[in-house]
Amino acid sequence: MAERSSQRSRGSVYPGYDVLAKWNSPSWNDKTRDVISRRLAVANDPRFFTAEEFQSVTAMADRIVPQSASHSRIPVAALVDRKLQDGIFDGYRPAGMPRDGDAWRLGLHALDAEALSRHGSRFAEMAGPDQDALLRRCEAGGLHAPEWAGMPPSAFFKHRLLQDLVLAYYSHPAAWSEIGWGGPASPRGYVRLDFDDRDPWEAAEAKPGDELAALRINRHVR
Amino acid sequence: MSDDPRHSPRARNGRAPDVFRPGRWVSMQQYADNEAVDFVIVGTGAGGGTLACKLAEYGFSVVALDAGPYFRPLEDFASDESEQTKLYWTDDRIVDGDNPLQLGSNNSGKAVGGSTVHFAMVSLRFRPEWFKARTKLGYGADWPIDWREMWAYYTEVEQALKISGPINYPWGPPRPRYPYRAHPLNAAARALARGCEAMGIAWTETPLATLSAPRGLAHPCVYRGFCVAGCSTNAKQSALVTWIPRALSAGAEIRDLAMVGRIETDENGLAVGVHYHRQDKWHFQKARNVVVAGYAIETPRLLLNSATDKFPDGLANSSGLVGKNLMAQANQAVWGVMEEEVRSYKGPPSLAITEHWNYADEGKDFFGGYCYMSQGPLPQLWAKTQASAHGLWGARLVEEMKRYNHAVGLKIVGEMLPQEKNRVTLDDEVDQYGIRIPRVTYSWCDNDKRLIDHSIGFMSRALTAAGAKDIWIQHDDTCHLNGTARMGSRPDNSVVNADCRSWDIPNLWVCDGSVFPTVGGANPSLTIQAIACRTADRIRSLARLGEIRF
Repeated sequence: MAERSSQRSRGSVYPGYDVLAKWNSPSWNDKTRDVISRRLAVANDPRFFTAEEFQSVTAMADRIVPQSASHSRIPVAALVDRKLQDGIFDGYRPAGMPRDGDAWRLGLHALDAEALSRHGSRFAEMAGPDQDALLRRCEAGGLHAPEWAGMPPSAFFKHRLLQDLVLAYYSHPAAWSEIGWGGPASPRGYVRLDFDDRDPWEAAEAKPGDELAALRINRHVR
Repeated sequence: MSDDPRHSPRARNGRAPDVFRPGRWVSMQQYADNEAVDFVIVGTGAGGGTLACKLAEYGFSVVALDAGPYFRPLEDFASDESEQTKLYWTDDRIVDGDNPLQLGSNNSGKAVGGSTVHFAMVSLRFRPEWFKARTKLGYGADWPIDWREMWAYYTEVEQALKISGPINYPWGPPRPRYPYRAHPLNAAARALARGCEAMGIAWTETPLATLSAPRGLAHPCVYRGFCVAGCSTNAKQSALVTWIPRALSAGAEIRDLAMVGRIETDENGLAVGVHYHRQDKWHFQKARNVVVAGYAIETPRLLLNSATDKFPDGLANSSGLVGKNLMAQANQAVWGVMEEEVRSYKGPPSLAITEHWNYADEGKDFFGGYCYMSQGPLPQLWAKTQASAHGLWGARLVEEMKRYNHAVGLKIVGEMLPQEKNRVTLDDEVDQYGIRIPRVTYSWCDNDKRLIDHSIGFMSRALTAAGAKDIWIQHDDTCHLNGTARMGSRPDNSVVNADCRSWDIPNLWVCDGSVFPTVGGANPSLTIQAIACRTADRIRSLARLGEIRF
């Protein structure tokens, strides 16, 4: 797996593909353009979180969904912030866990308390590998500072930290282009459904040794 | 359109949205709150929407309330997973037990049309023996309804929804031909077929409630693949675009953004109407009969929240079974990657199915059955699955996601057994309406675990045989919600009778997945709608016999 990953990460799998190039195509309708316009306009600043909390969420986002330099930066923390500000919640929570926004504040506070007691600095100021190690402890439930106030750290990690950051990253068109997804598709949809059966408005995958072929196709995907 | 259907109701002033024509309206009959209607129905999904249509067509006066918005799919639905979370029931709920359920996006809707607005459209009949699971198969409970009667109602629903399906269905007794032809297979479905053929079992095109040919003003499915995020082309035959328009033209009133908080009962122990919240105020709709169709969490929640001095344990609850025997269905998956590009995002997510293990009993060390289907997760769902079920984050997640177009998977809908300890109760916290919120307790039993293990083993071999590599297992997932107000043949072992009528309160009815005594290994929506059609017929017959008071 590590071998394949390093092989894959050398370059883009879908060079030159930009899902936004289809903006005016029959794959995008007005409602979708409206929704994605608003998402692309989200500024990288906090409305729900405090400045300090926002710094922590940004640092966590860099560990959970590290961004490639090959695409414009996705404001992951701000996307989570807006979701909480708009009150868009999961709608369920394990017993002992507060509602989504309160859980975030509690968890950020507790993780900073853990960071301070273990490393003498706030989470956002720790080195990347130390941040990963602390997140892994959180994931495994191996944190016990009183600041958790009864919220299970592993539940916070799974239901809030991990899920919200991952969903925010993959709500962004830059992430859609990165994975070669067709993106919005109403009303055009798709015609070719079989194995290795690309519609002309879908991303072409770079085959090893022939990345240029995919690049040439992807520049014209509309 | 400038109006936001989530903030101000659309169905009022004598009209309701025309879901087929942007910006247009259809006329709607309206009733005053103090005018006792024949039936007030709480919920407009597979149960309530269907029943509202049928009862209105039979000439009864009907008001159907839904807590959710009245969407216009052609205008309101974006091709976007985040935006479309607006279709889900995300009011506050607490989950616990050994295997806490994932709710929200997974298994409930908050919209006119209920969760049929975002369901995967899989429209299966139950295996006949499941209606006598206790007697014939030795587990669970018997339904008080004969399968032959259900067979006729299944046909009615399949015709009403113009189900697309195969010419010959490989399992069970003969059924009429599906009205519309099956959809073509995508690569994910072909992988399922390859695996089944290698394992020597049958597969078929999945019977789906999405159009394979034009119908009225709706075009056939365009294979855009956003089915579980809401269909923006009206190909999906949800209650919103099938039963509800029929209900309106037959004279039913639909009230959107109307949350029912309490059923009122009088000193004689009869239901007299419902208290509902709409446009910042509480109202009271008088009714001669009340039907609860809120699905397996909201239905028992409402019955329990309607407790009185006369019914201190909640309405319809002399058996003590309201809220108990909650049944999800097992929803485990095996995932892998193919050398070929699969691009499973194209087309409905589950175009191929095998029900082999619903109908074969030999070699099982568990009761019940399961089907499995091909899968087509969109990127957010896929990333969430990789993160929470596969444990990937950081560079490993981002790199794995680049193989999205090669991913392939098989997922079961598996029978879980009824257990009284799996239940819905009331928590002390309240929601935005001030109503006590539900607490949902769920634990798998040993039989559930054996069924899951069997399915994972079988699907792993099938997916390997189909040519997938890097196979991994998604262990913890469930889908659908049933039970909690089961039907039965006696007042002491069930909440309602075969007609979905409360044993305790003769003008109180329950008509949704809550009434299922068992769930089988098949998606429940077709059965819920068939039960609703049967209930409407029974109500008409009982009314003619003078056995319903109006």
